[in-house]
Amino acid sequence: MSDALTSLDRPNSYIGRSVPRPNAKRLLAGRGRYITDIVLPRMLHVAFVRSPHAHARIVGIDAEDARKMPGVRLIATGADLAKVCKPWVGTLDHFKGMKSTPQLPLPLDKVVYAGQAVVAVVADTRALAEDAAEAVLVEYEELPAVIDIDAARTPGTPVISPELGDNICFHGKIDTGDIDTIFAGAAHVVEEEFHFGRHTAVTMEPRAIVADFDPNEMRLTAHHATQTPYQFQDIYARHFGIPEANVRVVAPDIGGSFGMKLHVYHEDMATVGLSMLLGRPVKYVADRIESFVTDIHARDHRVRARMALDSEGTIIAMDVDDVTAVGPFSAYPRTSVVEGNQVFRLIGTPYRFQNYRADLQVVFQNKVQMSQYRAVGHPIAFAVTERLVDMAAARTGLDPVEIRSRNLIPDDAYPCAAPTGYKFESLSHHACLARLRELMDYDRLRAEQAELRRRNIYRGIGIASFVEISNPGPAFYGVGGARISSQDGAVITITPSGDVRCAISVTELGQGTETIVGQIVGEHLGVDRERIKVITGDTENTPHGGAVWACRGAGIGGETALRAARKLKENVISLAGSILQEQPDRLDVRAGWIVDAASGRQRIELAEIARIAYFRSDTLPPGTQAQLTVAQHFAPQGFPFAFTNGIQASHVEVDVETGFVKILKHWVVEDCGRVINPLLVDEQMRGGVVQGLGAAFFEECVYDDNGQLTNGSLADYLVPMAGEMPDIEIAHVETPTLDTELGAKGCGEAGTAASPAAALNAVNDAIAPFAASIAQLPMTPSRILKALGRI
Amino acid sequence: MSNSININVTVNGEAVSRNVAPRETLADFLRGSLELTGTHMGCEMGVCGACLVLLDGRVVHSCLMFAAQASGSEVETIEGLTERAAIADIQEAFHQRNALQCGFCTPGMLMTAHALLSQPGVPTRDEIRDALSGNYCRCTGYESIVDAIETVARNRAAPAGSKNVVAEVGA
Ligand code: FES
Ligand code: FES
Repeated sequence: MSDALTSLDRPNSYIGRSVPRPNAKRLLAGRGRYITDIVLPRMLHVAFVRSPHAHARIVGIDAEDARKMPGVRLIATGADLAKVCKPWVGTLDHFKGMKSTPQLPLPLDKVVYAGQAVVAVVADTRALAEDAAEAVLVEYEELPAVIDIDAARTPGTPVISPELGDNICFHGKIDTGDIDTIFAGAAHVVEEEFHFGRHTAVTMEPRAIVADFDPNEMRLTAHHATQTPYQFQDIYARHFGIPEANVRVVAPDIGGSFGMKLHVYHEDMATVGLSMLLGRPVKYVADRIESFVTDIHARDHRVRARMALDSEGTIIAMDVDDVTAVGPFSAYPRTSVVEGNQVFRLIGTPYRFQNYRADLQVVFQNKVQMSQYRAVGHPIAFAVTERLVDMAAARTGLDPVEIRSRNLIPDDAYPCAAPTGYKFESLSHHACLARLRELMDYDRLRAEQAELRRRNIYRGIGIASFVEISNPGPAFYGVGGARISSQDGAVITITPSGDVRCAISVTELGQGTETIVGQIVGEHLGVDRERIKVITGDTENTPHGGAVWACRGAGIGGETALRAARKLKENVISLAGSILQEQPDRLDVRAGWIVDAASGRQRIELAEIARIAYFRSDTLPPGTQAQLTVAQHFAPQGFPFAFTNGIQASHVEVDVETGFVKILKHWVVEDCGRVINPLLVDEQMRGGVVQGLGAAFFEECVYDDNGQLTNGSLADYLVPMAGEMPDIEIAHVETPTLDTELGAKGCGEAGTAASPAAALNAVNDAIAPFAASIAQLPMTPSRILKALGRI
Repeated sequence: MSNSININVTVNGEAVSRNVAPRETLADFLRGSLELTGTHMGCEMGVCGACLVLLDGRVVHSCLMFAAQASGSEVETIEGLTERAAIADIQEAFHQRNALQCGFCTPGMLMTAHALLSQPGVPTRDEIRDALSGNYCRCTGYESIVDAIETVARNRAAPAGSKNVVAEVGA
């Protein structure tokens, strides 16, 4: 705090400053308002009867007894809800040839995964609804379940949806040509088969919705725990036939989302339909078991990959085969192909080589739907790439740092493109590598590692470079026909007392959207942050926009706020010019005052301008119309995505007797362009790293051969807890994007994108003295012991 | 189910008398009947720590107890601790250090922190991490929470006038 004066010392210079979140105080006092807390007059509760089978025909439903139970208001089947809801299909046009089946809130005749909701029971309380749900009898005729990814593609295997012809959702190929020849002539080839388990978001607050349909006005209000309220406004309007302007989606405090709460879930659609059938509010809150069984799962890939190098250790080509299983249908509206698409397009992208061939098969199976979760595809792509780079280092006798420094795209080579089509504006792989090396004291750690090995202590160091997709333009979803906005909107107002309200379409999930928007508006309007109220998460009070996903909040929402603030400032200055009889270009706004731009001398307070504008317009010069509210929209142009980049390192110790891993430390050097709030960016990074470490070491949705999830509780499914997690050191390199004035890129997914890769390399490094290797996540103790040949 | 039990319990210093269903958990009772929604539920099986409250001064999982079992006891929730400013320094440290994101785990984290910081001495980082072993947080990665608790422990142990500000963060 006692540093010399910097640009941060100007009044209202908030960008780049670590300021805490004003809205966090409420949460600390226990005054959060989550969907689970919401109670409306005459509200009812729904519980669902779920399928015990992974694949079965519904033969009959008998709800006679259940209907007579206390408190029961309605029991609805698929046919009942089909009357109010149009089906949806989770495909996008730009994934050529992808297919999926139409979905309804509840199935008409077939169940396709264990735990699928079949019958809805609405009652006065959740407990009564659950009692009655137990009395509903559903008769099934079991069908063979398709579980295994190879079996799913074998001719003669049962087809889950016969109308689709086979169990293939999508098949993609990339081929720059001559790959077989290049591999045949390579000095070195390394290859591996990787397995990535399914895991899931396990948000602390489960999915929740309160749907409130008023038939008198044909008006639906959905209080919905989601990160994308506008997307759901559009979906509810179209699928339930309600005019869009009559649909309001409110997303208040959300207890974690990470991509999981932006997909359409059958139960949520059913809850809206039930509210329409009943004309009363209906609440659905998933319990923890329902969350495990029905929240989207993530990953689930088997990747066979090889890398070719010349005799100098230069990577010359990669060849990849990814099979990913996504459940029985593709998720809506973002599909279940984006994950695989990002895996096979992100592999290898930090490196210079231009020869690439990849095959992606997205396969249906009888498990719950798989779709986007934090860092979509990235953890798989970089675990594969970075493990092969380490294997190549071992093969060529190069140090892992050295092989990367030979192969990463040079920092002065931009703009450039990956062989997979991604375009990079400007990245800083080498600067990040150099910074990491010094941050972690790499050479000392290597010396210590060698020393400890002599005492039979096995430590490993793993490094992983990465890029991350952020600030997505319409190329992401819009071009595929999805009604998902890539633009954002803000309406910003000076109130009569000179305060500021900014209603903006990016949403708050605790990552700090409202805080950074307040910082940006404060700085660019010239008003103290304390006087700015940021409003988010309500389609009725904010303009339509993309909200938050794929790390777009700061980059796109932040730019929207910046431009809105500038436009409003122009209006303020022009009005002040009229009032003061001064040239507008001689005026500025600072700390809530109109000042002389040159001297900083205070001329008139913003509150006084507002008072005159709102209450004494008669005193303004004739013809002056004060405009103290402005609207601004912003959609990214230029590069289709603003890629960020960085590098991570993991330091672990493996107990070779038990297979247990102690994670000693983790480092991240990250370049997300202009950093708006270092405090918030670093905490995004840490939270993201830990989610990736969960996937690397603990988290897996384990199914049996019949498609039953066997560990669907928080006691059985392991999540990272405080005791197992390391301290995480973070540093930044800042390469602002020139596509926006703000220059910010995303940072929410970078941690998750490469921490599994770093961990995988660290464990392999630790067990290298035993000529052992592991290529499966999570790296459980028993898998590590198996890799060591001890069991 | 229709038969109910009358319970008398002191909640946040106030005597409360209510009829509850035998199967109603303390968590449901606090959240539903008393509208104390600061107590959260994340697992309903005693592993996530979102539902922690104080029962006669001890930290308990309100999801694992029936409301009826709390009869005759004193219960304190996040709302009560906040109102009597018992954890104001912990809340402030969490705020400054951004030791929360979505905030759903936070009331439970604060209960654990309160219990730990009520013990004498300054816990090590490992001891803080151990104390948090029953509190799941999906957002933060825990380090900021450990930092915040460590700061409060040091401040409480330090002689008046020599308090630390929360560890400087970022650039
Ligand atoms: S809800 Fe009580 S411990 Fe999770
Ligand atoms: S802050 Fe979200 S679960 Fe802890």
